[in-house]
Amino acid sequence: MTKQLKIDPRVYQISILSSLIVYGFFFLDFEIRPNFFFLIIGSTLFTQYICTKLFTDSSFDPKSCLISGLSLCLLLRTGSPSIAILCAVITISSKFILRFNSKHIFNPTNFGLVVIMLLFSNAWVSPGQWGNAATLGFFIACFGFLVVNRAARSDVTWAFLLIYSTLVFARSIWLGDPFAIPLHHLQNGAFLIFTFFMISDPKTTPDSRAGRVIFALLVALGAYFVTFVLFRTNGLLWSLAVFALAVPIIDMIVPGIKYQWKKLNLKSIQINGEVPAR
Amino acid sequence: MRNNILVLTLLLFAVMSIPKDSFGFCGFYVAKADTKIFNKASQVVLVRDEDKTVITMANDFKGDLNEFAVVVPVPTFIEEGQINIGDQKIIDHLDAYSAPRLVEYYDENPCERYKYDRALEESALPQSVLKNKNSFDNEKLGVTVEATYTVGEYDISILSAEEGAGLQKWLSKSGYKLPKGASKILDSYIKQKMKFFVAKVNIKEQGKLGYKNLRPIQVAYESPKFMLPIRLGTINADGYQELFVYVLNRKGRVETTNYRTVKLPTGMDIPTYIKNDFGDFYKAMFDQQVEKEKMSTVFLEYAWDMNWCDPCAADPLSTKELRDIGVFWVGDNSVNKNKRIAPSPAQNVFITRLHVRYDKEHFPEDLVFQETGDRSNFQGRYVLRHPWQGTDSCAAANDYFKGLIKRQEKEAQVLANLTGWDINKIRNKMDIKTAVIDDKKWWQKIWSN
Repeated sequence: MTKQLKIDPRVYQISILSSLIVYGFFFLDFEIRPNFFFLIIGSTLFTQYICTKLFTDSSFDPKSCLISGLSLCLLLRTGSPSIAILCAVITISSKFILRFNSKHIFNPTNFGLVVIMLLFSNAWVSPGQWGNAATLGFFIACFGFLVVNRAARSDVTWAFLLIYSTLVFARSIWLGDPFAIPLHHLQNGAFLIFTFFMISDPKTTPDSRAGRVIFALLVALGAYFVTFVLFRTNGLLWSLAVFALAVPIIDMIVPGIKYQWKKLNLKSIQINGEVPAR
Repeated sequence: MRNNILVLTLLLFAVMSIPKDSFGFCGFYVAKADTKIFNKASQVVLVRDEDKTVITMANDFKGDLNEFAVVVPVPTFIEEGQINIGDQKIIDHLDAYSAPRLVEYYDENPCERYKYDRALEESALPQSVLKNKNSFDNEKLGVTVEATYTVGEYDISILSAEEGAGLQKWLSKSGYKLPKGASKILDSYIKQKMKFFVAKVNIKEQGKLGYKNLRPIQVAYESPKFMLPIRLGTINADGYQELFVYVLNRKGRVETTNYRTVKLPTGMDIPTYIKNDFGDFYKAMFDQQVEKEKMSTVFLEYAWDMNWCDPCAADPLSTKELRDIGVFWVGDNSVNKNKRIAPSPAQNVFITRLHVRYDKEHFPEDLVFQETGDRSNFQGRYVLRHPWQGTDSCAAANDYFKGLIKRQEKEAQVLANLTGWDINKIRNKMDIKTAVIDDKKWWQKIWSN
């Protein structure tokens, strides 16, 4: 007899993001002020509620917007409460407004951050805030892996990780630099969080596996270009925002089945010695 | 309450009591003789607005001027007018203005209602520059000397090289001893389209000009690369190196994007005897923080709008000084509009002081920076509270002394925690008054006589 335990992967993601906030706040001196935390979370929930009422017939579900809100708390840095609120509103409302073929186009957090950084000079993202502690990277990677694996779209993460790492290592080999340099670059917590939490968003990645690999390739090339050719910061965020626009085209070329958040079979518990069916 | 601020600009020369017989940071010395080369504390001023950058490199080289030259990588090709010789005094001023400081307060007479206190601070850190001489000849090494000219006491050669090995050979042929491993890094920089110049001292010019110490070299260039090449400095370094970066920009605080930038602990009450040991305190505290962060972070020591300071370790820089150090957007109408305390938005210069201790192992990559929109103020500030010295006796005085003992014990613990010093030695040095205090537990008083 097999008993199925069903848990929404977003719950995992929420708890991991929350843990990262706690870790960042207490151990890495993140500039997360408690009032901003509540402002952002409150604004995302409120916007989600209003938008759900305005644009859909479904009931209010706080999970996805909590993920966006927590991600904003981890990434957005600003001294202005109104910018924090605006960013939260843009982030959530983009999901409801910027849609194509009944999918939202941008990863909401990514879109909110990019728009706010373009509009205001006193909003920024600190990619250096995580440091390069290998242990931290390891834990983020593992936990992140857990999430993407549950969300069944880990292929985009692995493809991106592989392609971007190859680019960074190839550059180092070409330059004759020691491997400590690309390793240092890839151990950055911001990179790992992007890879495991942001690019993997199943709602904004292409529907087919081939499409997702193409998407990962584009994002990796774009990020590399911004970082190593244009010498600008936050290449990952800019690249993801730009290539999100390519997702509808990729879906047209290599169509697949649209993703729906649903409870996945997290664990099959074996009872009475029976092997659970796959 | 009278808040009398006294500024002492002294000490701390002991703070960085690192041998100053060498020059470090992005360049490295190339010695003709087998002189052992060290790179230790260096100071760099980065002025940045949009993609325009002016970098000033202090030079504290103290050896034989004939012996040394420095190779400096820059992100773009530079022409003659882009190199200038600066004034060390301005860097010293920046240093004094942004250094961690002590503030001093005096406890009031607890028996009376008036009080006074007094703030006092001290500021920190020395620094310096570089250079040397020799003549170069071009060979078929893929190295082209684009231009050679003399600026101030320096002979400058602007090079364009095709590969690191060629540049290394060329430098060797020109009589300079290069640290092992330099050519690989030079090669990497060349592939990244970086250019180089070599600066050496023109002894004749130096004699004519009459400067005792070598002055800082300044370079102005325009490039999206907002970085500081530190890798060359690590190859001939003996152990770690110390680097101070003062960034002057319009937007706000600057941080590193490829390393964590961490604020120095600040605002603590520490024992008053530190007034005479502030240099040692600062150094020990920094050592301790570096150890705590496993030498993998950059420390923020000061972030402030250049119009003012509070308390001031030194006056803000004048408009003229700012222009001389490369702040090209401030007016050149040489009137000094700076006020001590009152902010005036006219200047529009924000200073970030970063302090990093680095070596090859912990800082494999060059430092890459970004401007943030954070204009909030930050300073390394430590508070001395002098106990009330009176002899009045009253109930309030008894309470005061009780509280004082606790406070001083806490100060001792804070100091021990910040510096890693032995707490018992701290207590001894503090000479805490232990008398007078009735700290018996309540139950001890019930039956005792």
